[in-house]
Amino acid sequence: MTITTPSATTPSAAQAAAVSPRAEAAAGAARPAVGEPALAGGQTSWPRRTAATAGPPVAVFAAFCGLWYLVSYVALTPRRRFLLPPLHEVIRVGFLDWGNFSDILRGLGNTTQVALSGFAIASAVGFTVAVLMAQTRWVERSIYPYAVALQTLPVLAMTPLVGLWFGFGLTSRILICSVLSLFPIITNTLFGLQSVEPSQRDLFALMKAGRLARLWRLELPAALPGILTGLRTSGGLAVIGAIVADFFFRQGQPGIGRLLDIYRNALETERLYAAIFCSSLLGLALFLLNTAVTKYVLRNWHASAQRKPS
Amino acid sequence: MTMQAHERSPGEPPATGQVTIPRQPTGWPAEPPVLSFHDVDMVFRGGVHAVDQVSLDVAPGELVSIVGPSGCGKSTLLRIASGLQAPTHGSVTAPDDHIAYVFQDPTLLPWRNVLDNVALCSQLRREPKSERLRKAQAAIDMVGLTGFEKRYPNQLSGGMRMRTSLARALTLDPRLFLFDEPFGAIDEITRERLNGELLRIFSGSRFAGLFVTHSIAEAVFLSSRVVVMSARPGRIIGEFAVPFPYPRTPRLRAEAEFAALTGQIGECLRGGAE
Ligand SMILES: Nc1ncnc2c1ncn2[C@@H]1O[C@H](COP(=O)(O)OP(=O)(O)O)[C@@H](O)[C@H]1O
Ligand SMILES: [Mg+2]
Repeated sequence: MTITTPSATTPSAAQAAAVSPRAEAAAGAARPAVGEPALAGGQTSWPRRTAATAGPPVAVFAAFCGLWYLVSYVALTPRRRFLLPPLHEVIRVGFLDWGNFSDILRGLGNTTQVALSGFAIASAVGFTVAVLMAQTRWVERSIYPYAVALQTLPVLAMTPLVGLWFGFGLTSRILICSVLSLFPIITNTLFGLQSVEPSQRDLFALMKAGRLARLWRLELPAALPGILTGLRTSGGLAVIGAIVADFFFRQGQPGIGRLLDIYRNALETERLYAAIFCSSLLGLALFLLNTAVTKYVLRNWHASAQRKPS
Repeated sequence: MTMQAHERSPGEPPATGQVTIPRQPTGWPAEPPVLSFHDVDMVFRGGVHAVDQVSLDVAPGELVSIVGPSGCGKSTLLRIASGLQAPTHGSVTAPDDHIAYVFQDPTLLPWRNVLDNVALCSQLRREPKSERLRKAQAAIDMVGLTGFEKRYPNQLSGGMRMRTSLARALTLDPRLFLFDEPFGAIDEITRERLNGELLRIFSGSRFAGLFVTHSIAEAVFLSSRVVVMSARPGRIIGEFAVPFPYPRTPRLRAEAEFAALTGQIGECLRGGAE
């Protein structure tokens, strides 16, 4: 904790602070100076800039690794070390052993397939529902409560039933996955569609624009930031849904969730950790992809992706 | 129907204006008004009485300003004129096409660049693309935005955004031009420059204009007639003819008669705000 407070890194200021209130002000003034190199990074050459932006995450990663070994070797007795095998063991068994790693990769591939299918279905259904809801008040009023109910419904509690209906294979996995990731698409799209400024609506009304023109040229573009936010949130949920659905629907090609289960039962924690890493990488990849798409689509006009005027 | 002079304080000296106004500035041939309010009342659901018995005509080539305390129903009056809102009582005659409406905020679509924003109205009216572009470019040139066609609204200053909004309105080839405090959020210097350019555009195309503003000086500088409204329910409590001939130069603002007229209108406004 104390390492991170800036005053502690400048001992003289810290000592002075203990002595008099005037010196305390001086210590306060010294604080911005500590952060200065990072701030000045904007004008310096790119290696320094990269160091400034990559530095903190790298430091956190190093701390993470340190903590890992600390727990593994110091906190855990050798008998219980399987709970957190040393990092290099995880890498050796999980990633460098091609037999193991290819299992994980194949599982990851299957899970990706489920996640993307669920995500696509959720996007299409959610988008359509939201657009319909935005058209007329009564559609919104009649559907919205059920959309909310769907959200609060413990979807995983429905899995036995879903299994009975649709089998314990791919279909059910995709179904659960899409239901889990549906809600953010609906709410964010609807919110976006309804975020059109009244004066812009007036403008379109004055031009006697039809409903389709209004939807296409006004409401949908205005909703884009919301839609993209929905997609980002929902992508993460789709990955979670695809992994969790694996625990319940065990037929067909095993996904990464199924592997997690197998490794747990076999107490093969090195492979278990490797599989967990890979599944979080999947979520991360989808998130980064969505972020990049968002930045690109909104590059010209939205504050979140704005570039400076040239 | 004749114009009513809504005399508030009969004891006032009969200086410039506050008398019955001829419908057109002298010199124009008599033309029927483009916009005509007759006894218009607006009571909103919930009982807000926004506009009270307003009668007002605006002829082609006339630029009429409305000043009044905020919340007195000025925007409502413009909405009624444009057909966005139907009055609860009274009648309105207005063209059903070629109405340009400049809102207080520029209402640009942030995902379109200047050219596409200006072309929006033509596009919504399904005009062919070449026609659209020609009109948009002409309007952009007219408001002095040449060279900025590819800029996006977030890359423009407030004044340039308002110019874009003006250009978009101009593509409609307006017969009736409604302005709702268009320069309210713009700094003084830019505002005066835009006033000058608006007059230049106005002198070129003789639309009928209704201009709502907070600034008495702006009202006097721009218009041929200034209408003063009272606090809610908004009634017309004064009309002032502005005798200065067009074209007007910025130097007009420094003249004594200009100051006298703005002073008079200010007094009328303060009387009605109580
Ligand atoms: N759609 C509406 N429903 C109810 N009240 C409204 C509506 N539009 C405006 N008002 C009210 O009418 C009054 C006049 O509004 P407005 O015309 O916008 O005033 P302003 O002179 O400032 O432009 C205000 O008190 C406003 O709150
Ligand atoms: Mg207003």
